[in-house]
Amino acid sequence: MRRSDSSLGRGGDAPPFASALWRRTPPIAWLAIALVLIGLMLTAVVGPTAAGQATLNGLVGAGYFALGAVGLTLVYGVLRLVNFAHGDMLTFGTYVTLGVTALGVPFWPSAAVGMIVTALLAILLDRVIWEPMRRARTSTLQLFLVATGLALVLRYSVQFFAGSQVRTVGLDTTSSLNFGPWHLGTLQLDVMLVGLATILLTGAGLRYTRLGKEMRAVADNIALAEVTGIDTRRTIRATWLVAGGLAALAGILYAASIGTINPNFGFTILLSLFAAAVLGGIGNAYGALAGGVVIGLSQEWSTLFFNTRWKPAIGFAILILTLLLMPRGIFGRKKARL
Amino acid sequence: MSADFWLGVGVTAGVYGIFVLGLQINVGFTGLLNLGQAGFMGIGAYAMGMLVTNAGWSIWAAMPAAVLIAVAAGLLVGLPSLRLRSDYFAIATIAFAEIVRDTFQNAAFAGGNQGIIGYDQEWRDTASWLLRQLAHIGLGGDTQLPLFIVVWLCFGLCLAGLKFLQASPWGRVLRAIREDEDAAAALGKNVLAYKLQSLAIAAALAAVAGFFLALNVTYLYPSEFDPTFTFLGYAVLVLGGFASYGGVAIGSVLLWSVMEGLRFLHLPLSTGQLGSLRFVLIGLILILLSMLRPQGLLGRKAEMQLR
Repeated sequence: MRRSDSSLGRGGDAPPFASALWRRTPPIAWLAIALVLIGLMLTAVVGPTAAGQATLNGLVGAGYFALGAVGLTLVYGVLRLVNFAHGDMLTFGTYVTLGVTALGVPFWPSAAVGMIVTALLAILLDRVIWEPMRRARTSTLQLFLVATGLALVLRYSVQFFAGSQVRTVGLDTTSSLNFGPWHLGTLQLDVMLVGLATILLTGAGLRYTRLGKEMRAVADNIALAEVTGIDTRRTIRATWLVAGGLAALAGILYAASIGTINPNFGFTILLSLFAAAVLGGIGNAYGALAGGVVIGLSQEWSTLFFNTRWKPAIGFAILILTLLLMPRGIFGRKKARL
Repeated sequence: MSADFWLGVGVTAGVYGIFVLGLQINVGFTGLLNLGQAGFMGIGAYAMGMLVTNAGWSIWAAMPAAVLIAVAAGLLVGLPSLRLRSDYFAIATIAFAEIVRDTFQNAAFAGGNQGIIGYDQEWRDTASWLLRQLAHIGLGGDTQLPLFIVVWLCFGLCLAGLKFLQASPWGRVLRAIREDEDAAAALGKNVLAYKLQSLAIAAALAAVAGFFLALNVTYLYPSEFDPTFTFLGYAVLVLGGFASYGGVAIGSVLLWSVMEGLRFLHLPLSTGQLGSLRFVLIGLILILLSMLRPQGLLGRKAEMQLR
């Protein structure tokens, strides 16, 4: 505020205070206000018990949508393509985790192994596939076809080794906690806490660390990042590392909160991840995190009015509406068509 | 292995062929990354099935009506989404296709997971009449033969129609749009209108492919129309080559011969694993061809532009 005051002092045509406030408030604050208002409206319509319960459930989903979407959006900057194989990275990481638990390792340490293995796979794939394609300046069509092929290879390799049947995660899904009129499974609470903590950690890492700033710069404009002296090769590798690890974690959180998975689950939630990334403005990492929270909340809020079966369709509807009404997303900046 | 087995493979290849002709006009000739083709196919097939079973129409009247419905869906989807950048258009179309499938699965009118059944009596009467005629010339034994003949006859008609369109001034405008949208607009061409027409034709072809799929499997079920169908269509497209209608037939026959032929290798695998292996193989084909020979096996590199 102080800076704007001093500029007001120098400039003759001072804008009215309200419009200065309007411009100074970051979009994320508007988004938070909007979500709280919607939450209050729902409370007024359906009562605090139902609205609070749906909000709690929504925050559980917010974690995995946000963490899946942030990798998707960061990788968009590297590939200039929404990566159709990203959903299957969730699947891959989750099945690696389940494979390690089958050896007798507890769940969360296995999850760490799953994240590391997926992150390494992401780097390997960049070396073997994406970096050569980047150097050859391939077309959108080629990138899309390779990403699609990779998605099929990942998904059906998992299915080849693990079978296509539905698997239980093998965690205690029955115990739950009560908070007044609201209740939440212990596992769902873990998922929510891990998810929200990782969102904050990722956001802080992108905001304050040097690597995080470089990753955002590359995601925004790779050529410009290179000109400013960023070692883009190293940053791109770091981006894949983060995207792969967070994708695995997103899959693991999804699996832990639902309790059962099959090899298609990553691809099934990919469109919801697209929705989160596009809603936040594609290429904008904070936007993807916030978009994931919005998708998680709105899918659960929708169950207050529609049958649960329509939950995924809410994500698609948000995706289409965003594309049609504001394709740059909530956080996207105005810029020329790419 | 019986002739009926390979005729069945041929029917599948023909269904995919008609389906991919639509992708070819979008991707290969207009430069549109249409990922909603399975959605248009679903709309066509379900519209036909429901007009026959719910409204009591004759299947021969339901088919053209269903084509019109699919075309209307194409226009409805295209009108807002064709103004978007190509990668956003791709996402919008796949979201559309998933909404269609979700609706079939959850809406009461579409039969949900039970699907739709019992729309093909008239076709079966026609097929057995055809079989009797074929018996006269000594070709009566194979029950799949009538569908095989009709599918590929229809493919040939669509192919001829598309080739004719492609040679026309209209087809040249499409390619101009693919090469440079702004230049085409500067010449006074209504780019959006041409793209809409291209998408509408693709939707119509998808609906026709949907009819044959419906006649082949004899019941309609939401998961038949999942995005994997579209992705397999792209594999056919890459194999056959971009900007080549004839290549679509070759790509489709090639893909399905390999897919179905795998089972004769007698690999020491379970049925499920063999099924997974087929898709891993398709994925590898997509990756390797796109990296090493992006124009496809038979396509021309000069004809590959997409924004």
